[in-house]
Amino acid sequence: MNTRIAYIASNTFREAVRDRVLYNLIAFALLLSGAAILVGQISIEIEKLVVINLGLTAVSLFGVVIAIFIGIGLVSKEIEKRTLYTVLSRPVRRWEFIVGKFFGLAGTLVVNAFFMAVGVFAALFYVSHKFVRADALILVALYFIILEFLIICSLALLFSSFSSPLLSAVFAFSLFVIGSFAEDLRNFAGMTHGLTRWLATGAAYLVPNFSAFNVISSIAHEQPVAGQLIVHNTLYALFYAIMALSGAVLIFENRDLK
Amino acid sequence: MPAIEILGLEKTYMVGFWRKRPRRALSPLQLTVEDGEIFGFLGPNGAGKTTTLKMLMGLVFPTSGSARILGRDWTDPTVKAQIGFLPEQPYFYDYLTAHELLEYYGQLSGVPAKHRKQRVDQVLEQVGLRDVKGVQLRKFSKGMLQRVGIGQAILHDPKLVFFDEPMSGLDPMGRREVRDLMEQLKHEGKTVFFSTHILSDAEALCDRVAIIHKGELRGVGAVEDLTSSVQGKVEVIWQGTQVPASIKALGAECHVTGDRVRAVIAESQQDAVIDALRRERQRLIAIIPVRTSLEAYFVEKLRRAETTAGSTV
Repeated sequence: MNTRIAYIASNTFREAVRDRVLYNLIAFALLLSGAAILVGQISIEIEKLVVINLGLTAVSLFGVVIAIFIGIGLVSKEIEKRTLYTVLSRPVRRWEFIVGKFFGLAGTLVVNAFFMAVGVFAALFYVSHKFVRADALILVALYFIILEFLIICSLALLFSSFSSPLLSAVFAFSLFVIGSFAEDLRNFAGMTHGLTRWLATGAAYLVPNFSAFNVISSIAHEQPVAGQLIVHNTLYALFYAIMALSGAVLIFENRDLK
Repeated sequence: MPAIEILGLEKTYMVGFWRKRPRRALSPLQLTVEDGEIFGFLGPNGAGKTTTLKMLMGLVFPTSGSARILGRDWTDPTVKAQIGFLPEQPYFYDYLTAHELLEYYGQLSGVPAKHRKQRVDQVLEQVGLRDVKGVQLRKFSKGMLQRVGIGQAILHDPKLVFFDEPMSGLDPMGRREVRDLMEQLKHEGKTVFFSTHILSDAEALCDRVAIIHKGELRGVGAVEDLTSSVQGKVEVIWQGTQVPASIKALGAECHVTGDRVRAVIAESQQDAVIDALRRERQRLIAIIPVRTSLEAYFVEKLRRAETTAGSTV
């Protein structure tokens, strides 16, 4: 990796880990995994199912919140606070700045996901007293959650490159919600006709298809995940993230920093 | 080779939400800054100083025009390794300590790793922050942040340094230190380009200045040339408590303070006054040419610009 990108990524990571809000969110996610144990105890025979479902959902949701919360300010806050001026007046190209920020945030989220996953596995061990082979499927769900984070990071950066943090948060969160129902949107497009069909189909393919990344429920029921889906989701996430990042670079390369 | 050649840089912003209309922030600017000089870019707030600096730093794109820095096109990324920049009212990553921040900027500027720590410590010492190098910047005062800003601008030993309002927010001691630092940079052979609206700083420091107002360049020149466009008058100071009648008769403006008399006279009357003082056996202390201060020159330029603008409306 270009060394300047690595330096910017490492500084972005350092900024995130020194933010107290991050720890609050992680603590909250771990608390939720702990609460899953209690909920599981109320539901007879399905403790494990509840722990996996609730635990992984917490990892995903809190990760998305962290990605949006940090991602939306990555560029706009730097412009607003003028910290960017002393960075871009050095031999740093604008695209390097955007890509460095992306890797910094993605790195932060991967580390967070790791710690939250440790919490989920600890809760699982508490209720099952052992790990079985099928529990390894949780790693696939975690991998998909990380892919989801990459898309969210790139989208948050894209919005941050041209709008205020508040608007970026609204855009990114809306896309996350719509994207989580992308399959339904595609089904709806199939039922309509004419212009509505065109528009609905266009929107369905434009928004990130997060529903394809959600395998939490099937994994909780110990159903295997097809290798094809893993490849498809990996390529899709990389493609989407690269496109969104390219958009962010394109906007940022031509933006006046007033 | 000039350090900076600004070749008609111009900036027009589109303002308004629904109906966009152009607002010119900078008219085509032609300016040359020679290598090794301290150049002052003067103008009131909103004159276009910061816009010019931002364009030179590649932060804002010009509507037209170009520039050459250190002999190369200003968009050439390699140029940036040789320039330092202090923005106006700088704000830095406040979760970092002063040492971490300079270390980070050193990395981005390509300061070799083996020299970096030593260079960071040296700069922290130079800007007087050695004792607080481990303190997070969020605990720094405005003056301390300004010092950090100056530190990051000179960290990579640039050939050319741009300072945007470097004295702003500093107490008199801090201002003095910044002035000393700029003189030291000049002594080391570096070129310093700084914008300010504090004229006394410019007068004390600059080899040459440019005056900009409402986006237009109003004058450029050596401070001495601008300030010595004298009104043809001299100030004569002698010891005494009274003004001799022969000097009064010349129509001189005289002021008696304690045991000293000051008289402002036309240069052509200088010999007559000296003769009169000899005759009266008064002790001559000094004869000083009356110079236009940079401030007077500045005010005059702006007033003239306002008048021209008013007459063309």
